Amino acid sequence: MADNLIQIRDVCKTYHRGKMEIPVLQALNLDIQEGDFLALMGPSGSGKTTLLNLIGGLDKPTSGSVEIGGQRIDQLSETRLARWRSRNVGFVFQLYNLLPVLTAQRNVELPLLLTGLSGAERKKRALTALSVVGLEDRATHKPAELSGGQEQRVAIARALVSDPCLLICDEPTGDLDRKTADEILDLLQVLNRDHGKTIVMVTHDPKAADHANHRLHLDKGSLTAEIPA
Amino acid sequence: MKYFSLIWAGLYRKPIRSFLTLASIFIAFLLFGLLQSVSRAFESGVDLSGADRLIVAPKYSIVDLIPLSYRNQIRQIEGVENIAHRTWFGGTYKDPANFFPRWPVPAKEFLEIYTEYILPPEQKQAFITIRTGIIAGRSIADKYEWKVGDKIPFIADIWENKDKGPWVFDLVGIYDGKDETVSTDQMFINYDYFDEYRAFEVGAVGTLILKISDPDQSAAIATQVDAMFANSSDETKTSTEQAYNQMFAKQMGDIGFIMTAILSAVFFTILLLTGNTMAQAIRERIPELAILKTIGFTNRSVLLIVIAESVCLSLLGGILGLVMATMMIPGLGASIPFFIGLEMNPVTFATGVCAAIALGIVVGLMPAFRAMRLNIVDALGKHV
Ligand SMILES: Nc1ncnc2c1ncn2[C@@H]1O[C@H](COP(=O)(O)OP(=O)(O)O)[C@@H](O)[C@H]1O
Ligand SMILES: [Mg+2]
Repeated sequence: MADNLIQIRDVCKTYHRGKMEIPVLQALNLDIQEGDFLALMGPSGSGKTTLLNLIGGLDKPTSGSVEIGGQRIDQLSETRLARWRSRNVGFVFQLYNLLPVLTAQRNVELPLLLTGLSGAERKKRALTALSVVGLEDRATHKPAELSGGQEQRVAIARALVSDPCLLICDEPTGDLDRKTADEILDLLQVLNRDHGKTIVMVTHDPKAADHANHRLHLDKGSLTAEIPA
Repeated sequence: MKYFSLIWAGLYRKPIRSFLTLASIFIAFLLFGLLQSVSRAFESGVDLSGADRLIVAPKYSIVDLIPLSYRNQIRQIEGVENIAHRTWFGGTYKDPANFFPRWPVPAKEFLEIYTEYILPPEQKQAFITIRTGIIAGRSIADKYEWKVGDKIPFIADIWENKDKGPWVFDLVGIYDGKDETVSTDQMFINYDYFDEYRAFEVGAVGTLILKISDPDQSAAIATQVDAMFANSSDETKTSTEQAYNQMFAKQMGDIGFIMTAILSAVFFTILLLTGNTMAQAIRERIPELAILKTIGFTNRSVLLIVIAESVCLSLLGGILGLVMATMMIPGLGASIPFFIGLEMNPVTFATGVCAAIALGIVVGLMPAFRAMRLNIVDALGKHV
């Protein structure tokens, strides 16, 4: 049996809007095994993105612990957390979030700027990542010259390029039509199965969740498991 | 510079806006370069010539004349080494617009005193011996394409000659300045010929020029000269050439001040508008900066990228503007006699470059701090 890659213990998260407190997550516990593909579902506003941000090290819990690969990331300073993200997590968002003036290859290269790699090596790795997502022939295209599905592939290539063990996907198919969405999900499945990436994906779409190994349902800040279909 | 693609990406995002910003900065620094150089010229006009020369002028009006015979009495004064004189000739060369000072001077004494004018010895000799000879400054000779040996005619206005016809002179020499602060925009006429041929006022000159051995004595000698001719029909007013020039320079300085004030206002207005545009350009990119932070760029690197971007833009515009100013200044100098020899001062250039860098930092700092403190979760979500 594989080890737990992610251990979340008694996590609470409360946002502050002025004097108002918005409790989002309460005493949440979650274990995710290495190599898992987890789909996180639940109504809008239930705190899925909030949980994902905690796992990805974009935000810190109000209380409780987040341990990933043996590292208490809730205790890292901002700078060290940034460095941790660059080595361990790839992010895929609903709206792709590519830099519009850079070519696909340059977008994919961005995370490598934080490494000591030479320009030639960065280019080589970016092209490799683009070929994994089937877009090696679009390396010189800018985001505006790509379809939505292709943009999302570039975003996935960017998430992969520094070879992180964990992929965090927040509604990666939320903006795509059925067919394109399925292609993206198949790609994620390949990354999980053949490349050993642990994936945590938030989605609204039950069909999308079918591609995952597990589903969890988040409602009013607490988790309930669902038996895979 | 591996972040270059990111900096470029920021600038290229809205190329037209970046270009216009660049153009504004360019113009601001072009103005800065011109302004600084011109105001230096206004200031430097004061110390063009030494304190070892005294000007003896008519007391009441510069259009009056004084008798040349005063020379004999003044020569008796202790400390006066040499005496020249000059008279405003006026006249028209082809067109009234061809304006430059022309002075009948005693060739020998004049060349002895004005050592800042450099001529070959044979041309000096020719000026002294050829009665119809004139010498012209290099910039005049270049402007009108005169060569040594040319006959140069002038229509008389103040000074009619005995034939009531044009004055025709022989150009026997072209002088250069001993350095670039000496302007070469005047013409000098052999006085003996002028005096002999003029129709009236023979023996009267505009001002006497005294070369004195000790500048510290200038005040005493000036008093002595004026006392000598007090209560005569032609009283004198004696001052150093420097003071004489200062009076002139003060009037130029006033013009300079007004110009400086106007140009400075324009310069700062451009900077304010540009700064605002650049700051706005960065604010619009906050979501992109949030992505960089998500990927793992630290707060510090985001701060540096944003500042580098605005410094790049303002430095590029600033250097282009200063280079343009450097190229324009000699042309400006050549077309305005007072500015002859004007050139870009290295200190001005360096000051401009520093100002451009400072502008980039100041403009970039506010949005850069915002980008640095940016909360990723807020910026990515719709909770901003
Ligand atoms: N940065 C924030 N500041 C304040 N409230 C927030 C913030 N992010 C999320 N929330 C609130 O927390 C709740 C959960 O948000 P979120 O995790 O984005 O839900 P989901 O992704 O499941 O739709 C919502 O009520 C939302 O308004
Ligand atoms: Mg969400």
